[in-house]
Amino acid sequence: MASLNAYDPSAGTRAGGEPIAATQLSRRAFLTTGLAAGGGLLLTLNVGCTPSASQPVSVGSNAAAELNPFITIAPDGIVTIVAKNPEIGQGMKTTLPMLIAEELDADWVNVRTREALLNPIYGDQFAGGSMSTPLNWEPMRRVGAAGRQMLIAAAAKTWEAPVAECETSQGIVRHRPSGRTLSYGALAAKAATLPAPDLPSITLKDPKDYRIIGKFTGGVDSARVLEGQPLFGIDTVLPGMLYATYEKAPVFGSRVVSANLAAVKAMPGVRDAFIVHGSDPQAVFELGLVDGVAIVADSWWQAQKALDKLQIVWDRRSTPGQSTSEFERQAAQLSRHKPQSMVRRDGDVDKAFSRAHKVLEAAYAYPFIAHVDLEPQNCTAHCKRDGSIEIWAPTQDPDRGRELVAKALGVSASRITVHMTRVGGGFGRRLQGDYVVEAAMISKLAGRPVKLLTNRRQDIQHDAYRPGGFHYFKAGLTAEGRLDAFRDHFVTFGQGNTVARSADLSAAHFPAGFVPSLEYGQSLIELGVPTGPLRNPGGNALAFAFESFIDEVAHAAGRDPLDLRLDLYGPPRVMPVPSRRGRPQPPFDTGRARGVLELVAEKSAWRNRKELPRGTGMGLAFYYSHYGYFAEVVKASVAADGTPKVHKIWAAGDVGRQIINPAGAYNQAQGAILDGLGAALHQAITIEGGRVVQENFNTFGLLRMREAPPIEVHFRITDNPPTGLGEPPLPPVLPALCNALYVATGKRVRKLPIDPKELRSA
Amino acid sequence: MAFTITVNGKKRVADVTPDTPLLWVLRDELDLKGTKFGCGMSFCGACTVHLDGVPTRSCITPVSRVGNASVVTIEGVGDSEVGKRVKTAWLALDVMQCGYCQSGQVMAATALLTRTPKPTDQDIDEAMSGNLCRCATYTRIRAAIKQAAGLSTDDTREV
Repeated sequence: MASLNAYDPSAGTRAGGEPIAATQLSRRAFLTTGLAAGGGLLLTLNVGCTPSASQPVSVGSNAAAELNPFITIAPDGIVTIVAKNPEIGQGMKTTLPMLIAEELDADWVNVRTREALLNPIYGDQFAGGSMSTPLNWEPMRRVGAAGRQMLIAAAAKTWEAPVAECETSQGIVRHRPSGRTLSYGALAAKAATLPAPDLPSITLKDPKDYRIIGKFTGGVDSARVLEGQPLFGIDTVLPGMLYATYEKAPVFGSRVVSANLAAVKAMPGVRDAFIVHGSDPQAVFELGLVDGVAIVADSWWQAQKALDKLQIVWDRRSTPGQSTSEFERQAAQLSRHKPQSMVRRDGDVDKAFSRAHKVLEAAYAYPFIAHVDLEPQNCTAHCKRDGSIEIWAPTQDPDRGRELVAKALGVSASRITVHMTRVGGGFGRRLQGDYVVEAAMISKLAGRPVKLLTNRRQDIQHDAYRPGGFHYFKAGLTAEGRLDAFRDHFVTFGQGNTVARSADLSAAHFPAGFVPSLEYGQSLIELGVPTGPLRNPGGNALAFAFESFIDEVAHAAGRDPLDLRLDLYGPPRVMPVPSRRGRPQPPFDTGRARGVLELVAEKSAWRNRKELPRGTGMGLAFYYSHYGYFAEVVKASVAADGTPKVHKIWAAGDVGRQIINPAGAYNQAQGAILDGLGAALHQAITIEGGRVVQENFNTFGLLRMREAPPIEVHFRITDNPPTGLGEPPLPPVLPALCNALYVATGKRVRKLPIDPKELRSA
Repeated sequence: MAFTITVNGKKRVADVTPDTPLLWVLRDELDLKGTKFGCGMSFCGACTVHLDGVPTRSCITPVSRVGNASVVTIEGVGDSEVGKRVKTAWLALDVMQCGYCQSGQVMAATALLTRTPKPTDQDIDEAMSGNLCRCATYTRIRAAIKQAAGLSTDDTREV
């Protein structure tokens, strides 16, 4: 099991940033995972001690039989498959069961899927870092194959025939010589009594025989969503439940001194109102339990009406002096000094700059941004009289919430049951557990089951924000236009000498390793605002800065930005990436980078872009993250008032040899690209007086239908293990757009979000 | 105070204060959970329902203003021929990711196609730009509306 937890939860990087293990290196880990998730379990088959809702196995009865904790088969042939990871819109409640069903050789029409409870028998249960595919591609197929092998063994036993004479086809076992058949439903009870196969030695299907993997498969719960069924966390209802709102300090880290609780309690429908004290000062950065006032009422609307009346006196021990303009001032000042620390140094950069034919300097900046999951943070909790706790949470990381509850309420984790509901958007926000521990604490203090639901203001103003950042770049070119020297003074944020969560720069970040002399220095601005992973942490910001500056280098060198990149990556080869925070990293394959760059150039007719009308430009960018290689081209112009108009986007991606579910894959890629576009055009969280200014979608925007351009997504299939798609398509679109706008207007966007005023023609 | 409103063709009674938004009456009094809360200020469209066929933000519509209007929600919209076609197209093209905004999207799309059976891309932009999708499934929403309208799902906008 150790390998399952190879990531370090305290590092706060599970949403991504950190590929957990190399595709090659992790092969062993995959098998270990398989053993832990399947092998260990399969041995416990007949003990009947799994937490699933399925009936215990009883041979000869009409009950459904459990082949292993993932697979239950009813006598009528209905196969119920457990999806172990949260469903946050990334499609894992469909994809993971597809992997099992494929190797089980079930008929997908007869498959039903069910969300798992949080339980170690399933192995890892989180949605983050685009890791569900790479971590589960092999183990889930082995779980399915094990079930198939048990069904074959049961049939062979029934017929007293050799196993080798039996084959399966979509829910049926056939005895080849005699033509006799038995359905999975008829065999399941017997199969469940047989010994579990040895998972690593199971033979998996030849991909050419796939009937489910690779087929356009709609989301398993989509029809129920469109019927309005109560699937989401916010839809949870418990008998005797009350509704809660929890008001936290607008200035992060402040503590409650007092509140007008009597007045609030006098409001209609209010059952209780009380002050909650947080666990420790670090909780504000870890999104643990922080100070606030809870209002508990008969309805959520009544709780909101009472919230309007609530007045809280906060202490002044926190950081009211922090503001976005102050951050900008500090960054400019820090940029004039030597970096406080070195992230990487190759060669002699100063010497290289002194001999450079041309030197280029530019300062880039991007803002803090919020996650704004459309389903506001919520959780339903029931602290029971017997001391146990039951929780229904829309979460990406159920274990994180349980851990916080166990600590804050002093309850053993084994007494806390966590139900994973459907999640109305994750994007990294729900890797945090603040809403879970708040709901549990309020339920405990109120003595009732409670549904805690944040309003949009609370949701935006209490997030773990994508941190802003500042990059002071310098590049040196040779007379031939080759990039010879590169420097980034990265001014980022931290607490003391510790870089804030998701605010770091990897020493391996491109173009490191591809430029002879290179220096990444770093300086920190003290930050009192919590930060954390947002979809493609690091990449969602760094790609804009680095890939825009690389474009500047190409233009300064008089080179085609595509050719400059192809030259930088050089011939196809696999380059080792040093381990990060003690974790092995997958190698970087320049051939795969070149492959998607060339594919997107072909599909977008990049080489013919000079024929575009004046005022319309094409921009290109590439980014590697979460094992995925993505190159994107944006075609754009600007309106008279400077508002960017995106005409079209082309994307080429390489996520290995198999697109597991094309329905989800193209949707993820298109959505991630539009998500990035929305961030570039609309999103900034600003801080004033230590608090977040924005309150709703009028001041913190998402992309809208009229701004969503046509998108072409192309996958380049290469012989590499399949990897995830939630995050890798996002980063390139931001710099590709800005690079297109440069061609269209001659103006370089060096600060996000894009300010149309700066693009207006004079 | 008791309000009688017509929801999906049935008379329903809710005992709430007059300023209670229709959204919370539907969700928490009548237990119709398909209509979603996103922003509470009409910016996102997750709470879209029909009032006499007009797409309406239920989060800012006090129950006292509903009167005799016929309220249709995602639970009932499939009873209409257009609503049924929209849902069918939505599933055929696998539009949703997280799905949270999708009841509002389907309500907006059904209202559009009822009014404009063969919408242009510009019609779609105008009718759908009030409904945010955080997963940004706009490409498939556009295609599904066209499919439900019997049009080609190709994106034919000028590029």
